[in-house]
Parts: sequence; structure tokens; C-alpha cells
Amino acid sequence: MANIEFRGVSKRYDDGPATVPGLDLEIRDGEFMVLVGPSGCGKSTTLRMIAGLESISSGDLYIGGHRVNDLPPKDRDIAMVFQNYALYPHMSVFENMAFGLRVRNFPKLGIERRVREAAETLGLSDLLHRKPGQLSGGQNQRVALGRAMVRDPQVFLFDEPLSNLDAELRVQMRGVIHRLHHQLGTTSVYVTHDQVEAMTLGTRIAILNGGELMQVGTPLELYNDPDNTFVAGFMGSPPMNLLQVVNDGRQLSCDLLTLPHAQLQGLNRELLLGLRPEKLVYASSAPANWPRLTGNIELVESLGAEMLVHLRVGSAQLVARLAGLRAFSLGDALELAFDPAALYLFDGASQQRIRAGSAKAGVSQC
Amino acid sequence: MNTMIERLREGRTAPVKRVLRDIFSWRFALLTFSALIVVYPLLWVVSLAFSGQQSLTLVQLSHDASLRQQLLALIPLPEVWTLDNFRAVLTKQPFLRWIGNSLVVALATTVVGLTLSCTAAYAFSRFRFAGRQRGLTLFLISQMFPAVLMLIPLYVIVVQWLGLGNSWLGLILVYAITALPFCVWMLKGYFDTLPYEIEESALLEGASRWTIFIRIILPLARPAIAVTGLFAFMTAWNEFILASIFMDDESLYTVPVGLRFFVSDYASEWGYFAAGSILVSLPVILLFLSLQRYLVSGLSAGAVKG
Ligand SMILES: Nc1ncnc2c1ncn2[C@@H]1O[C@H](COP(=O)(O)OP(=O)(O)OP(=O)(O)O)[C@@H](O)[C@H]1O
Ligand SMILES: [Mg+2]
Repeated sequence: MANIEFRGVSKRYDDGPATVPGLDLEIRDGEFMVLVGPSGCGKSTTLRMIAGLESISSGDLYIGGHRVNDLPPKDRDIAMVFQNYALYPHMSVFENMAFGLRVRNFPKLGIERRVREAAETLGLSDLLHRKPGQLSGGQNQRVALGRAMVRDPQVFLFDEPLSNLDAELRVQMRGVIHRLHHQLGTTSVYVTHDQVEAMTLGTRIAILNGGELMQVGTPLELYNDPDNTFVAGFMGSPPMNLLQVVNDGRQLSCDLLTLPHAQLQGLNRELLLGLRPEKLVYASSAPANWPRLTGNIELVESLGAEMLVHLRVGSAQLVARLAGLRAFSLGDALELAFDPAALYLFDGASQQRIRAGSAKAGVSQC
Repeated sequence: MNTMIERLREGRTAPVKRVLRDIFSWRFALLTFSALIVVYPLLWVVSLAFSGQQSLTLVQLSHDASLRQQLLALIPLPEVWTLDNFRAVLTKQPFLRWIGNSLVVALATTVVGLTLSCTAAYAFSRFRFAGRQRGLTLFLISQMFPAVLMLIPLYVIVVQWLGLGNSWLGLILVYAITALPFCVWMLKGYFDTLPYEIEESALLEGASRWTIFIRIILPLARPAIAVTGLFAFMTAWNEFILASIFMDDESLYTVPVGLRFFVSDYASEWGYFAAGSILVSLPVILLFLSLQRYLVSGLSAGAVKG
């Protein structure tokens, strides 16, 4: 077990621009840290630097308090699970799991015991003699998990381990990984595109964009208290609505609505208003003092228990997540309302959150 | 009911029709013709070998032979079938010895060639080092010259400088090294198709590069290694010019060189020559057959990515 600490770690491939310009991040002992971010933002690169598969251009990386910049992968005591499983196709499931122990000269009996235990945990006991080619994707990924487990390493790394699986298996494997982490309590770093995976698995989530760390926090912190528009747009599905508003010192206004606001002095003229789709409700069932807005329905996505209604209001577009099912026709006007306390305010230029009780308290006065 | 029977009947006749149409198509004719061109000389060799004679004419034609007789004479069929030629080649000539020589040289070439090319190809495929691209290009360029061009330089190097004339070692070195560029490209192409994550995973598990090479890469690359090995073997097995220049001692001859002496200025034992040729091709045919299942996958994988 160990914690992992990035101190100003940067990575530059060849002479290109820095892929990771300088990362400061601590992954605590026993934590399940999820790295998310858009494609190409450097998640895999970050993970591979922990593994030692990618060199570190500058900065220091510590695992369990030891600087590991120059430590070869095999001495870092780390196991990694790859998206394409990376099993040894010519070896049986048993041999696949035993390989790492064999090359480290474990005693034969110990190998046998550990592999059987891992196989038991993962429900692979009946498949030990098969080759990876004779297994399904989910089974292969369980073998890869088993192979990582048997060595009982300090750190588990996962690089999008579930993205080759179909939706149902993904849910199932998510459960397997969750249970494993609960049982073993091994420090884990998990890269994914899937925010549901991130929300359900992560002790904490680190959101990366262009190699920069946008925000780190527990899933709820990131959801409820995003630092910037990127995080706001990344967490939650559908993402937070962002409306461009103009601040004239007294109120915020755009095509949709005008909101009086108390403390706008000192803020930029261009601001962004954030509102989660689930915070919009039918105007008819909302308290009278909530702000209202009216738009035309452009698209309705039925999810069964709820609907995603896409509205066009002037030049802006909004998504509302409304409970229950109702028949709408496209083009219909729909009036919605929202709790002003649920609004987020971002700076238009820096995209940073404008916090300090000011924003929310102010709006709620309207 | 009737319509069903009719449909069944149609179902059965349709393939026959298609087969007939295919047989009478120009494509089929062309293919048959090309196949005949290839097979015809082989038929002559087989007939000669089994005829028991030494002369190239299997059928004695009288001067006033009819057109039909003349045409028939074009079909290579011996008047009697006998194994005499084979018996003579195997007993009266040092043929078995030459086969042994060839086997030693070809097997050694295969082993040396594969050892060198597997390691080199792995390095070219997986490591980034100075001169990597240039090395690959040079290998390619070396393949663009006709082999005869290398004759004199090779002679100078191997015989005059290294003093390895008239020795198997010289031949083995030359064969293994001339086969190297092709083998390296072939194997590199295959190694490139093996996912690198497999090796990274093994690295993390604590395996050394060497362990990975031996226990993971080589077993996975078996098809390509089989094809490449076959190529190296055949390079050495069939090679004639270098062997005939390097080897002076009749007891050290490889089979192709030995065969030549059946047909020279002083002898024209075409029957022995034909029988010998068939015996020589047997090992290669056997190798081909035993490696058949690898050949398709190995060749195509290397070809696509090479
Ligand atoms: N070996 C390499 N050489 C040069 N550039 C690379 C290399 N590997 C990755 N990159 C670049 O670094 C950037 C980050 O890559 P990385 O694989 O870390 O992204 P990622 O966040 O894992 O993306 P994805 O979600 O698509 O897997 C990309 O722009 C990529 O082009
Ligand atoms: Mg990636």
C-alpha cells in the first residue's frame, strides 16, 4: 500500500508541446482515484508515468514516499489492467495469472494457491485451463484483473478497462472492481471516459483537460461545487446548461431572462450562468417567486421515468430533465421555473467559478 | 408440393450449370493453360527419372513417323517405368553424402539466420535507436541488387580474406547473411502486429526484456518464424552458384553442385539428374507440407504490415 504524489510532473513527447505541463496531485493511500477528461488530455500518459512505462520529463513522482522517477517498471510493484486486456494469448488462464509470480521466482505452491484464490474471487475457477482466445471479453478482463491481483501490488492502475465491453457487462464488471477495491483496499488509479464509472467507483475524481488538472474532489463535491465551466460541463448527464449573460452592474440579462443581482460590482461584463437540467421544473408546480423562462420544444428524449426536453429560447439552448412523461409536440411553448439558489455563476473570460456566498445569495433576492 | 419439387430440382441444377459455365469461361482456359506451362517441364523430369534411361528422348521416332506419332511423342511418358535411376543415384554416386552436406549447411543456415534475424527484427520493431530507419532502408536496398552481383565481393571476403573457401562454415555464413534482410523485414512486420501492451504488462510483472522475448514474443511469432525459417532453409538448400564457386572438394559438395556433374561436358546422365532433382525436392516439399498451416497466416501478416 502506498500513496502516490505528483510534484510538478510534466511530460513532453519528443519536441512537441507538453502533453502534461506540470501536474500536482496526491493520491492517498488506499484511495480509488479516477482520472477523467476528454480524449487526448493525457490521462493514459499520466497513468503510464506512474507505471514507469513513460519517462517523466521534469518534476518528481513519489510512490509510498520514495522518488520513483528512475525506477524501472518492474521495481515499482504496480499492476496494470489495460483496455485490450493484454493477456498472453498462448498461455492458459492459469499461466497468465501465474506468469508474474513465476518470473519473480515465487515458490510453486504459493503460486498455485494465490492463482486459485484469485480465480475463486473472480469466478474463473472453471476456466483456468482455457486460452484467452476461448473466453468472452468480460471473462478476459476478469483474467486481467486476476493477474493484477495475485501479485498483491502496492498500486493498481486501470486504463479504460471496461470500454471494450458491452453496456451490461460494464455494469457487472464495475461491481466486480468496486468489490475488489473494497476487499483489498489497494491504492488504485482508474482512467475512464465514462462519468458513470467515475461517479460510482471513485473515492475522488481528478478531472484533466489538456494535461491540466481542472479539479480534484469526491464525486459529490465535483457535482455540487464545480470550480469552473469545464468541470460543470463534464459532470452530470446531460451536462449543466451554461447561458451567456451580460452584467450591467445591477442585473444579469440575456434573451431568456433578467435577474436582479446584488453583488455584481467588480465582476466582468460577460458572465456565464450555470443551471443543472434537473433543477428546471414545470412553472405550474413551482413556487411563485422562482424565476421563469419560456422556450420552444426542439427535441424530447424519453428515458422512461423521466424526459430530457431540449428547448430553444431565443438564441440559447437549454436542456431540462423533467420527471414523469407527458406528450409534447415539437415547437410547443413550455414554461419552466428554477430555484435561483441552484444557479452557478462563472466568469465569461476565465471560465472560473465566481463563488463567495455573493452570487447565490444575491440572486435569491430577486 | 409440385412447386417445391421443382424448386428442389432447380436448386440442384443451378450449381451444375454454374460449374459448366465456369469450365467453359476464358478465365478457366487461361488458368488451365498457365498451369500446363508450369507442370509440363515437371512432367518431363518425372518421366525421365522413372524411365531408367539417360537420354532426353523418351520415345524413338522413325523418320517417317506420322503426325500423330510426333504429337504423341510430345507427351512425356516413359516406355517402361523403373526405379533404376533412383537406385543408381543413391548407390553408385556420392549422392547421399551430398544430401547430408546440404542438410548440414541448410539446417545450420536456418538456425544461424533465425537467431540473427529474430533478435534483429525484435530490436527494429520495439526499440528506437539511432540508425534504426537507416538500417531498415539499407536492408531493403540490399535486396534490390541481383544476387550475382555479390558473387565477386563475397568470394573476396569469404575465400581470400577469411580463408573460409571449401568449408561449410563459409557457406553457412554467406547464406545466413544474404537471407538476413528478407528475414528481418518479414519478422519485423510480424512483431509489429503483436500488441505492445502485452510486453508492457509483462514488464510491469517483473519480466526482463530477454524473458519477454523468449517466453512471449517467440511463441507468439511461431507462424512468422516458420515461414522465415523455411525461406532460410530453401535459400541454402537450392543455392548453386556460390556453392559451386566456394567448394572444390567433391566430398564437400552440396546437392545442387553435385547434381550438375551428372550433366556436364563429359557426361549427360539426364536420367540421374532427373532422379536426383526429385530426391532433392522431397525435403523441401515435406517441409512445406508440415509448415502449411503457418504459411498462409505468416506470409499475409508479414506482407500486410511489412
Ligand atoms: N508515444 C507518443 N508520442 C507522441 N505523442 C504521444 C504519444 N502518446 C501520446 N501522445 C500524445 O499525448 C497526448 C495525450 O495522450 P494520452 O494517450 O495520454 O491521452 P488520453 O487522455 O489517454 O486519451 P484517450 O482518452 O483517447 O485514451 C495526445 O495528444 C497524444 O497525441
Ligand atoms: Mg488513453
